[in-house]
Amino acid sequence: MRASAAIHGWLLLLPAAALLALFTHWPVVGTLWDSFHATPKGGRAAPFVGLENYQVMVADEVFWRSLVNNLWYALGTIPLSIALAIVMALWVNSAMRGRTWLRMAFFTPTVLPMIAVANIWLFFYTPQYGLLEQFTSLFGMSSRNWLGDPQTALACVTVVAIWKEAGFFMIFYLAALQSIPPSLGEAAALEGASRGYYFRRVVFPLLMPTTLFVLVNAVINSFRLVDHIVVMTRGGPNNATSLLLFHVYQVGFSFWDTGYAAALTVVLLFILASCAVGQFVFIDKRVHYQ
Amino acid sequence: MTRSEDIARLIETGAAWLLGFLWILPLAYAFWTAFHAPEYSTRFALAAPLTLENFRRAWEAAPFARYFLNSFMLVTMVLGAQLVLCTLAGYAFARFEFRGKDIAFFLVLVQLMIMPDVLIVENYRTMSHLGILDSIPAIGLPYMASAFGIFLLRQTFKTVPRELDEAARVEGAGPLEILWKVYVPLARPVYLAFGLVSVSYHWNNFLWPLIVTNSVNSRPVTVGLQVFSSGDQGIDWSVITAATLMTSAPLLIGFLLFQRQFVQSFMRAGIK
Repeated sequence: MRASAAIHGWLLLLPAAALLALFTHWPVVGTLWDSFHATPKGGRAAPFVGLENYQVMVADEVFWRSLVNNLWYALGTIPLSIALAIVMALWVNSAMRGRTWLRMAFFTPTVLPMIAVANIWLFFYTPQYGLLEQFTSLFGMSSRNWLGDPQTALACVTVVAIWKEAGFFMIFYLAALQSIPPSLGEAAALEGASRGYYFRRVVFPLLMPTTLFVLVNAVINSFRLVDHIVVMTRGGPNNATSLLLFHVYQVGFSFWDTGYAAALTVVLLFILASCAVGQFVFIDKRVHYQ
Repeated sequence: MTRSEDIARLIETGAAWLLGFLWILPLAYAFWTAFHAPEYSTRFALAAPLTLENFRRAWEAAPFARYFLNSFMLVTMVLGAQLVLCTLAGYAFARFEFRGKDIAFFLVLVQLMIMPDVLIVENYRTMSHLGILDSIPAIGLPYMASAFGIFLLRQTFKTVPRELDEAARVEGAGPLEILWKVYVPLARPVYLAFGLVSVSYHWNNFLWPLIVTNSVNSRPVTVGLQVFSSGDQGIDWSVITAATLMTSAPLLIGFLLFQRQFVQSFMRAGIK
């Protein structure tokens, strides 16, 4: 009976395990392997080059630029989209007038393709006749090319990511808020606690598991999602909006230097793996892995 | 309630509405441009006549019908495969004891962190070895064994009372029959949730399909839209926004019609 259960278990698991091995585990190992090899040319096996790809990386200004950009991008999107998500969830969950409409407005960007969103925002930022320019010109501000200026371009794509993600994270907070028994709020009100105090001391701590869950998602997304970069700036101007994965994409599929692209991917994998380890250390395992 | 509290509430409601307005503004602007003649695309006049001309021009300028068909096939294929694979694997993790189960589960969870989206270089190489570059299966394959789906279904199957399982077994049902007759029907809302999340993910996915496809026969709408709007269209925003709205339309309309289900599904998928 026991043996048959084990066989059944493995048989059930087999199809998914095979695909996972082929398209997740094998590529991770392959990335490491390829990062120590040159880019194969003309059907010959790629020669082992040791750390050469990594030496190229250390000297690659675009890599450093992308890494720094990505960190700023993450620092911009993560806290702001989470803070906005909490505020949105509190509003949508309250008895506020028009909250159904608000929920729709906040959540709509989530169901749109990032590429469509990027097109819409590209139009929004267009010099001279985009909506943003029309608005700033009302105040007599001089015209500027928001996406064409290295000083503002990264901020512009960060705003797009916040706009897209806040509503998505709001949903998780909404779910968490709805699981808080209303009696807690009533008790706090009876005791004369202000809404701010109640939020700080009761609601926010209760939202903590959600915040950690959302945080992990936000970190992954900030290294995973570069669709809007492809559409809006192609990493420019002057690499001001190049993010890590976008650099991988350019090196791998514009310059076809797959050996170096593998080395760059290793950095990305390293960041994501540290994030995973961090999650295991910080998050109470009971919350998500029961 | 005191007067100052009233005023605070009023200000808060105002702030909420302002944020909601800002959130919908880029989309509203795109709608305006898409449904008006190009001369109104940046000028606002209430009397401006509505037109579907931009949609007609966009539809004729690129093989969108084919792109839609490709996306539809992609989404169906991925979801179908995911439902089967994740159900079987989730069932194995929830109700079977076998050696190496914990390690296997850990290896599945790895995909939650390291998604196929970042493994583009190696997966491209694999597809090339398999000889299936530029095909719809090549877009879908890396996503078919979804760690998220396996995890979600495992959690759900674990909540099914053992007694139901035992009762079916006593009647002589095999493991697959039990899965099909007991577990699957009980997990219906979870399937709906997972289905909605999966469909919107794969309809919207862009970078990997962009890399792995290069012909009209396999491109999904997102890639088609990009090829179209970065092509020799100049910058005719009226047509581009029309095309943009067209590609988003199936999900957008679905969302507006079934808002509750959408929101609840995303919630359900997140709580686990």
